[in-house]
Amino acid sequence: MEEPNDSSSQRGDSGTYISTHIVEVITALILLCLAALVIYDAVRVGNGWESDGPQAGFYPFYVGLLLGFASLAILVQQFMHRGEDDPVFLAPGQTYHVMAVLLPSCAYVGAIYLLGIYVSSALFLFLFMRWQGKFGLMKTLPISIAVPLIVFLLFDKWFKIALPKGPLEAWLGL
Amino acid sequence: MEELNSLMQGFAVALTGQNLLLMIIGILLGVLIGVLPGLGGANGVAILLPLTFSMSPTSAIIMLSCIYWGALFGGAITSILFNIPGEPWSVATTFDGYPMAQQGRAGEALTAAFTSSFVGALAATIMITFLAPLVAKFALKFGPPEFFAVQLLTFCSFIGMSKGHVAKTIASMTLGFSLAAVGLDTVSGQLRMTFGTTELLRGFDFLIAVIGLFGIGEILLSMEEGLAFKGVRAKIDTRIVWQTWKKLPAYWFTSVRAILIGCWMGITPGGATPASFMSYGVAKRISKHPEKFGKGQIEGVIAPETAAHAAGTSALLPMLTLGIPGSPTAAVLLGGLLIWGLQPGPLLFVEHKDFVWGLIASIYLGNIAGLLIVLTTVPWWAAILRIPFSIIAPVIIVICAIGAYTVHNAMLDVVLMMVFGVIGYIFKKLHYPLAPMVLALVLGDMAEASFRQSMLLSQGNMSIFFSNYLVGSIVTLALVLLLWPAPKAINDWNVRRRLRKAPPDEVITE
Repeated sequence: MEEPNDSSSQRGDSGTYISTHIVEVITALILLCLAALVIYDAVRVGNGWESDGPQAGFYPFYVGLLLGFASLAILVQQFMHRGEDDPVFLAPGQTYHVMAVLLPSCAYVGAIYLLGIYVSSALFLFLFMRWQGKFGLMKTLPISIAVPLIVFLLFDKWFKIALPKGPLEAWLGL
Repeated sequence: MEELNSLMQGFAVALTGQNLLLMIIGILLGVLIGVLPGLGGANGVAILLPLTFSMSPTSAIIMLSCIYWGALFGGAITSILFNIPGEPWSVATTFDGYPMAQQGRAGEALTAAFTSSFVGALAATIMITFLAPLVAKFALKFGPPEFFAVQLLTFCSFIGMSKGHVAKTIASMTLGFSLAAVGLDTVSGQLRMTFGTTELLRGFDFLIAVIGLFGIGEILLSMEEGLAFKGVRAKIDTRIVWQTWKKLPAYWFTSVRAILIGCWMGITPGGATPASFMSYGVAKRISKHPEKFGKGQIEGVIAPETAAHAAGTSALLPMLTLGIPGSPTAAVLLGGLLIWGLQPGPLLFVEHKDFVWGLIASIYLGNIAGLLIVLTTVPWWAAILRIPFSIIAPVIIVICAIGAYTVHNAMLDVVLMMVFGVIGYIFKKLHYPLAPMVLALVLGDMAEASFRQSMLLSQGNMSIFFSNYLVGSIVTLALVLLLWPAPKAINDWNVRRRLRKAPPDEVITE
């Protein structure tokens, strides 16, 4: 993976970019590994026939085999078209934009484990809007408090569906 | 006319105050979902599914299916006003809808789009009304081999009709099948691919996959452009609506063609997206002025919208009668039926008549309500799209996380949702189709079960799939559909070998 770069220019940039070709090959390789895993497990549980019909691994075995063939076909095709027109998968600016959503979202999911869904949602909304949108407190604070509050009233109070809670809710006795 | 009687009873079910209210809420939520990037019919319904667990199944399906109709309508708004398809099936609508809006004909384009959507849906619903009971009656004779044959047909037609890369369609589908096989094998009681973890016992829920693939994946895609929405302002008043309606009958032939394409693509699991492209393509090819397409031709709006709505609606026919969904959203609705304890399939028409006909009646009512609502509320939706994306994006991610959590009250699902989000993003960028994966995830267990039951019946003899005319002809049809593109592919390959440096095909898939 290339270093994320702050320039938001599109293709044609002199900076590094991620090539579609490489992503295609990596994806196909991952699929190939998954296929191997599926076949391995199918053989483990038995992929043959019993007196009354196929064993538990019969069906996954052929599914895995097909997945393997398909990913090999994609690999071969990528190999054959090597050196031809290779479109940009992500230009540097785009990598930055995508990572700017992906990484905070992953952090948000992690935070749910520690803080519960309400507090981490409020924090995520607040920080994201401040950082990405550069909005003032007048806009970010009300939204980041209102959204979790509405969710709380809708799920916890109205529909009685419990969402993960954290230390704050315990402290408030909710 | 037995169907008409049943339908009238259905209207009696659907026309209660509570159900009408749910219908309107559903349409409004659906249009909102359709307008917002990252939320679409499939994941929108998936997220809201847990909220309906406490309702009666009939009310729940009425609300959820209305969300679907709303989303189908909503996609057109962003396409025409902002040149941003809110839904994959409204991509083709941007080709002529946005140029029309730029020429100051936004009201006309929107009216044409909404009306065509309505016409497409209405035609498909009429088809469902009369065809579904027949199909269900026919399918009552189905045993496991026949069901497996129909499932085979579903997947073969996916491969055969895929516009994109065949290997990628197969990879996407088999990945779905593999994920579906994870967990406890119900026949033998063995654990498959859990690798010693207890969390994987439940297997992968396709609702989580849908929320991740279509929700998070879409947000990542939209974010790439560092989105700034630049829209055209629209005004719809009764005068514009009347003027447009007066023009529309002239294009009746375009509509009929679009309806036929849409119904066909909806019943066979082509789905709304390919239907809209195909319909646009055919309209352009047949038109006397193909050069005008792409520059604001009203037919270029009518054709894809009619087909998309017809396909989206008729996708419910195989879902209700055979338990085989024709689109990812229909798959989510099918998941809902299973959760409410209703087994989709031919018996549904016998055992739960109220439910089925209430649903069918609600499709009629929902689309009428939808047309009126969208025609009157367009400016609001356009205003929502002017909210900066850096506010909308985190809110949608929060909604997706909550939706994923509530499916099983499991945190692992939220993590899986993010993983599926990344998969969805990469697959979309590399033109792997997502619909086959979702349908394989839904149908994987069913297809395996009917295959193994057939094998039990025949004691392992494959010839059971050709043992009578019915199953034999379905299997043959499946194989024909599978090999349909082969002659053309071989020809293309030869041509490409000669033109080594041919430009790569633009691939458009859902």
